[in-house]
Amino acid sequence: MAASKRSPYWYRKKAMFVLLHLGLIISAFLISSPVLFALIKSTQTTAQIFSYPPTFAIGPAAPENYAIAWRDYHLGRLMLNTFIIAGAVTVGKTLMSLFAALALVYFDFPLKNLLFIFVLITLMMPIPVRIVPLFDLVRSFGWGNTHWALVIPFLASATGVFLFRQHFMSIPASLVDAARVDGVGPMRFLWQILVPMSMNTVGALAVIQFVYIWNQYLWPLIIIASNEKQMIQIGLKMLTGAGPEGMLNWGVAMAGTIITMLPPLIVFLLLQEQFMRGFALAEEK
Amino acid sequence: MRSRFPNKWLPYLLLLPTLALCAIFLYYPVIQTFRLSTYRAILMGLHRKYVGFENYVRLFTSSDYIHSLTITFIFAVGVVVLGLSISLAIALLANHKIKGARFYRLLLIWPYALSPAVAGSIWLFLLNPTAGVVNYFMKSLFGISPDWLTDGRLALLAVTIAAMWKNLGYNIVFFLAGLQNLPGEILEAAKVDGAGPWTTFWRVTFPLLSPTTFFLLIMNLIYAFFGGFGLIMVMTEGGPNKATNILIFNLYQDAFRFHKWGLAAAQSVILFIMVVALTLIQFRTTGRRVHYGGQ
Repeated sequence: MAASKRSPYWYRKKAMFVLLHLGLIISAFLISSPVLFALIKSTQTTAQIFSYPPTFAIGPAAPENYAIAWRDYHLGRLMLNTFIIAGAVTVGKTLMSLFAALALVYFDFPLKNLLFIFVLITLMMPIPVRIVPLFDLVRSFGWGNTHWALVIPFLASATGVFLFRQHFMSIPASLVDAARVDGVGPMRFLWQILVPMSMNTVGALAVIQFVYIWNQYLWPLIIIASNEKQMIQIGLKMLTGAGPEGMLNWGVAMAGTIITMLPPLIVFLLLQEQFMRGFALAEEK
Repeated sequence: MRSRFPNKWLPYLLLLPTLALCAIFLYYPVIQTFRLSTYRAILMGLHRKYVGFENYVRLFTSSDYIHSLTITFIFAVGVVVLGLSISLAIALLANHKIKGARFYRLLLIWPYALSPAVAGSIWLFLLNPTAGVVNYFMKSLFGISPDWLTDGRLALLAVTIAAMWKNLGYNIVFFLAGLQNLPGEILEAAKVDGAGPWTTFWRVTFPLLSPTTFFLLIMNLIYAFFGGFGLIMVMTEGGPNKATNILIFNLYQDAFRFHKWGLAAAQSVILFIMVVALTLIQFRTTGRRVHYGGQ
């Protein structure tokens, strides 16, 4: 080995190694520090939060701050609503996209490509470009201020159809032949063969959809009028608005913010391998 | 040729739910938006009157709307330029094959799961003049304590930084994926030819990475146009004095606070044209990519 210990080459390599780790640790710290700061402050008393110079130690007020955020701002209720809606949309979107992709890849029928393009074009129609008529339409169905308004209009998924279609096309065609020889029909083929082979894509899509619905703001803000039916992001505005005495309780506000961010974060952490493999990394190939 | 199932009606049945919901909740409202943009709401939106292109004329002759366009442009450029440079630099660091690479990767991308409103709430606190920490560092290091959210220009800077920060995780994921798929031979050849890391990056890595960079450029522009609503709502509500009144917030105000349905629909049409243009550019250049917003 040319690079014997203590040769200039060895020192350079060692220095590079240390710098690289240092760079990564600093980057990770800088990216995470706003949340770390919020987390620390969510445990402090008001006196600690307003102390100068600021303290960065864990405080004793965590149980109190989190309890106030949960109870007085009805975060439990908002969280349950958001769970039901995000769960329903995620499951519904996954099923509908699986069905549509099955049709597009494993059947031949007239207008197939046109129908796929019809679905794909909806990628260019985010809520803000259709918000006024959508608001009228949903209310004309009698869905104003109901959870139907937060679920049904979101069930069609161009992203889901696209991802499943692409994934199905990468699965060897001989599988269909084998299935047909064995007398397996299309629906059993979907559940018993395709879905188990698509768990990365299912996981990736679940992360994207759950995070998207959980984090939605504009649509629930306008279509839901009563607080007990509202989604959790809108609750943040109540937490960061001034309290009754005109002075904001930042400990409580940050506790509520941490509670609000946790569920999508947990989903992301649980499914991060599928997310990376089924979505970003696989997509490049 | 791939073999298929023979059923005649089943594929239509499988596609029906998706097609029906697309038609009802996506195509129909978009078409209605175009129609509505030629009307003017009167009596708080209770009646309407056909006005042709008047709403568009009103928008483009209104200094408020031009101001909103301008600051949206500044906001978007800030989010794109800052966000892409920082995340590319970090992705280059994280792309080395070292111990704990997976752990570092996770520590760098997790803010992907945060919402714009959560980002807004945290930055509102960080920038708070008495309780926040940013001004403590500003004062200790430079002896200044800026009024982040009461000075118009600083408020725009503040929401730009918060929005940019929230999207770093997403950008790093895609830059890492792009870097890992670069052809190793070419990078190796550059090394053999004696190119230093700086030259290799600008002459080889960066050009090869351009499809990913371009994809992220478009995605970040769309994010800046549409994703910033919750963040603006929590941090500034478009203020102070409209300094952070980006297009989407202006649209929300006109539609749901002032009930100017026609004027709001015209703003939706303008946003729609922007999205179509961006998506077409992206499809022409990077082809197989798709808008991963969550729709």
